[in-house]
Amino acid sequence: MRKAISRIYLAFIFILLYAPIAVLIILSFNNSRTRAKWGGWTLKWYLSMFQDQVIMSALWNTLLIAVLSALISTILGLMASVSLLAMKHKKRSIVLSLLNIPMLNAEIVTGISLMLIFIAFGQFLSHWGYMIEFGFGTVLIGHITFNIPYTVLLIMPKLRQINISTYEAALDLGASRWLAFRKVIIPDIMPGVLSGFLLAFTMSLDDFVITHFTKGPGFDTLSTKIYTEVRKGIKPEMYALSTLLFASVLLLILLFGRGRKKKPAPELV
Amino acid sequence: MNKKLRIWLDGPYLIWTAAFIIIPLIMIVYYGLTDKTGAFTWSNILEMGTPERMKALILSLILSLMATVICLLMAYPLALILSRMKTGAVGFITTIFIIPMWMNSLLRILAWQTLLERNGVINQILGMLNLPKLYIINTPYAIALGMIYDFLPFMLLPIYNALQKIDVNVINAAYDLGANRFQTFWKVIFPLSMPGVISGITMVFVPALTTFVISDFLGGSKVLLIGNVIEQQFTQVGNWNVGSGLSLVLMVFILISMLVMQHYDKDIGERTTSL
Repeated sequence: MRKAISRIYLAFIFILLYAPIAVLIILSFNNSRTRAKWGGWTLKWYLSMFQDQVIMSALWNTLLIAVLSALISTILGLMASVSLLAMKHKKRSIVLSLLNIPMLNAEIVTGISLMLIFIAFGQFLSHWGYMIEFGFGTVLIGHITFNIPYTVLLIMPKLRQINISTYEAALDLGASRWLAFRKVIIPDIMPGVLSGFLLAFTMSLDDFVITHFTKGPGFDTLSTKIYTEVRKGIKPEMYALSTLLFASVLLLILLFGRGRKKKPAPELV
Repeated sequence: MNKKLRIWLDGPYLIWTAAFIIIPLIMIVYYGLTDKTGAFTWSNILEMGTPERMKALILSLILSLMATVICLLMAYPLALILSRMKTGAVGFITTIFIIPMWMNSLLRILAWQTLLERNGVINQILGMLNLPKLYIINTPYAIALGMIYDFLPFMLLPIYNALQKIDVNVINAAYDLGANRFQTFWKVIFPLSMPGVISGITMVFVPALTTFVISDFLGGSKVLLIGNVIEQQFTQVGNWNVGSGLSLVLMVFILISMLVMQHYDKDIGERTTSL
């Protein structure tokens, strides 16, 4: 009886979570241009989306910003995590609460505050005749800013598990600090670094609010494009592209998840 | 670690934090407390007092509290069920709850329009079953539903993590000492899961209070939340001083929720970073 109730409850939540996704996937095969009418099955949007310059450039911006911001925030997050480990308790708790600000604060506030600082910085630079263009650069900085805490969140626990004796053993055996770090520490923390990178990539890919406030006219990611299209009606190509992205991420997760189960062989110098 | 190396390691992060987190927040305080000429004023804060904005703020508070409570009531049993599953199934099941996040979040909210419309999917199904139809699109109820849908995983995951960490021996000890199911839950499991509950509450309450996308899409521009009011100040009206002043008021509520969280969980910084 209890088991049956929990099964039913799980199914209910499952339907709640997946109904919108099913709707979007079905809409991507809808032969009619509006989502209000069903016009039969088609694959045409999956072809025509590649001809749509606007969608393709938004896709390019989205992916480039996701990769770059994930990469840079992972590097900064790794550096911060290593130094956090060596910090005294009081200083560490201050830095950790700084770290929590972008995660606990409202996205709209973070977005607005970044917009204000870019404007102020632009005014400052304009005294010397320079200009700040709201677009790729400002959005990238925004994404790195909200991504850093997530990378630290995933890297820190791995760093804590490290047995410092192995590192010291490497030094005793004549390895330089850098070599010991590369060959001993890096392989140990790699899972944390990778999942930090993936989480940052996901957060960036899906972000709308920060991008909305830090972008300029003429620059769009998929999310901001969808937001402006809502009133005149979303292009069906957008459903097709999102379905395709969803499917590829799912595939990657399945592959990555399977690959992670195998324990990597220890690499020798 | 020597000092020079350490400065090189935490320097970039600290500079980044100062430049893009601390100083920008100070900018909001500055804009919020000055007028166009840069003179000090309270008027931007008091702008929140207009009837239209008060209405938006109160509606936001009601809807976000409602969404938080419902999320908690829905997520807790779910987390309990998941935490009792065999370890092999758990990875699979939790993945199932994370996968939806890989579809663009704006489109996912938008899909609720198609589901909830007068002649939408849900009403057609209800019609086939001869059940009364649901007309909630473009009302605050649709917004609350959107919030619950969008933020449920934020409530589920912290509670699930907290439940996972509970030592089974503690629960068995309670049974051995004669507690029944209800007593064990109420006196042992629930108090031990409190950190997860508290962080789930903030993870849902803050984004729900400040959203402008969900109300835009499901409220049909008839229902304004405080997020919409502030967003419009910046993108349409272009009055950054008033916009910042209103944001400051909003930040008071965010701060309160953070303080409540810290009160219940002193070591939050350590804990969130050691998930």
